[in-house]
Amino acid sequence: MTETFILIPGRTSKQGTTLNEGKYTEGYQTEINTLKMNPDDMERLGIAEGEDVRMWNEYGSVVVPCSTGKDELPPGLLFISYGDKSSQLMPGETHGSGMPDSKGLDVQIQKISNN
Amino acid sequence: MSIAEQPTNETENPLKIVEDATCTFCGCVCDDINLTVEGDQITKAQNACVLGKAWFFNHHIEERPEALIDGQPATYEQAIDRAAEILLESQYPITYGLSDTTCEAQRVAVAITDWIGGCLDTTTSVCHGPSGMAFQGVGEVTCSLGELKNRADYLIYWGGNPAESHPRHFTKYSLMPKGEFVPKGRKDRTAVLVDVRKTKTAKAVDIHLQLKPRSDFELAWALRALAKGIELDDSVEEKTGIPLEQLKEVMDGMKKAKFGAILFGMGVTMTRGKHINSEAVLALARDMNEHTRWVAKPMRGHGNVTGADNVVSWSTGYPFGIHLGRGYPRFNPGEFTSSDVLGRGEADAALIIASDPYSNFSQPARDHLKAINTIVLDPKLSETAKIAKVAFTTATYGINVPGTVYRMDDIPIPLRPAFDSPYRSDYEILKAIEGKIRERQLAAVNAG
Repeated sequence: MTETFILIPGRTSKQGTTLNEGKYTEGYQTEINTLKMNPDDMERLGIAEGEDVRMWNEYGSVVVPCSTGKDELPPGLLFISYGDKSSQLMPGETHGSGMPDSKGLDVQIQKISNN
Repeated sequence: MSIAEQPTNETENPLKIVEDATCTFCGCVCDDINLTVEGDQITKAQNACVLGKAWFFNHHIEERPEALIDGQPATYEQAIDRAAEILLESQYPITYGLSDTTCEAQRVAVAITDWIGGCLDTTTSVCHGPSGMAFQGVGEVTCSLGELKNRADYLIYWGGNPAESHPRHFTKYSLMPKGEFVPKGRKDRTAVLVDVRKTKTAKAVDIHLQLKPRSDFELAWALRALAKGIELDDSVEEKTGIPLEQLKEVMDGMKKAKFGAILFGMGVTMTRGKHINSEAVLALARDMNEHTRWVAKPMRGHGNVTGADNVVSWSTGYPFGIHLGRGYPRFNPGEFTSSDVLGRGEADAALIIASDPYSNFSQPARDHLKAINTIVLDPKLSETAKIAKVAFTTATYGINVPGTVYRMDDIPIPLRPAFDSPYRSDYEILKAIEGKIRERQLAAVNAG
């Protein structure tokens, strides 16, 4: 089953600390490659903690493990730390501002095992 | 401030204390950090937050070649020569980055771009660039962080999560500290968060306006209407998700404040609307001055991104997204900003200073960056350094290199380095590249 969500890439303190340790450390890579989702959405879609999902839009497609965002995220909203994965879903168009749409991206989500 | 060396039992690693060192990880630029330095390791960073400690503890000297050309180790001299050659041969070079280096180095980067007639842009364009455009559109009612500390009794954090991104903003400047006109500190202040997520900042504030995604502009416009006494209907709640009664209560508090501040982050600038969102927030702060004192400040990210805005502005008249190819500066976000220039496949060479656009840009921009001759200056290995034609390993500003940086409120602050690096600073490398470029340009002129 495929469902549309809104993705908010952003900063976290863990991303900040592990960035200083190095972009090639396990801590940094785990942080920028993990998708956070509302726990009710995860249950409804049958996604277990740590399970891979495919996330895509018209600009790119990525596979990331999904983790519960606990009470931080309302239903329908996703979060991922800024990094390579979030950039792959970013459009090149900036609408004359110099800034690509980098937050509030419409994305599709699908469980890998359902493919 | 003092720097003192003390003998220890391990004589090969004398202990050094650097008082009032400056942290350049985020835009708070805290300049009250007391460092304990053993050889080329910082072992204590008193007063630093979790991000500051990670910054100071992880910038020890790494064993890397001083430069790489086509991925092969090279000397600084060889790399400087090749970099100058690439920039001189380019028809449309672009300079980008600059938010994690000193103002002194930024100034040389501007000069190089001017000499070669290139595009000049900084990480501001993908950070608070839209706010920079909004400042030109509606102005900025501003203040220093010291005024926030001593006066602000009503704080609105909008589209940002300072609890994670700027941890000491709360304790040093805005939410917690006792100030001259807020003697009870936190108890004298009301704090509001405007955010789609219930972040760690939500736990630190009194009121969380958890708006629907992509409705920042509408929320700011509704508050502007309420500030002017205009009656609103239920469509505001339908669009923003915030009950009108709650908005009216917040506006009542805003009008009763003695000194209010909106501190806005990239939730405002990176979401659809961008500079229009920033304009709405800045206009709201401006309008509130009909009732009481209000300001609006962008929460700036990298340690010297505010310095980049200042240096580029005082050099060219504009803060980012500038083209110098006609011999005079032209400012046009969307045309001369790096995401666009690279995304459209226009630049044929790039000078990247202390930044990693190959990790952070859109795929079309990344694809083009990989296809052209790129020169990178960075203390650490990055994806951009890996694809660069010429990559310089540099000393880290603030830890190895002295100089000047600007705090997020445009206050210049000196750096007090902890230990020497075997690598050269951005300033030294850029100055050498500029020297080579001028030498060849003048030789060409003299040769007729």
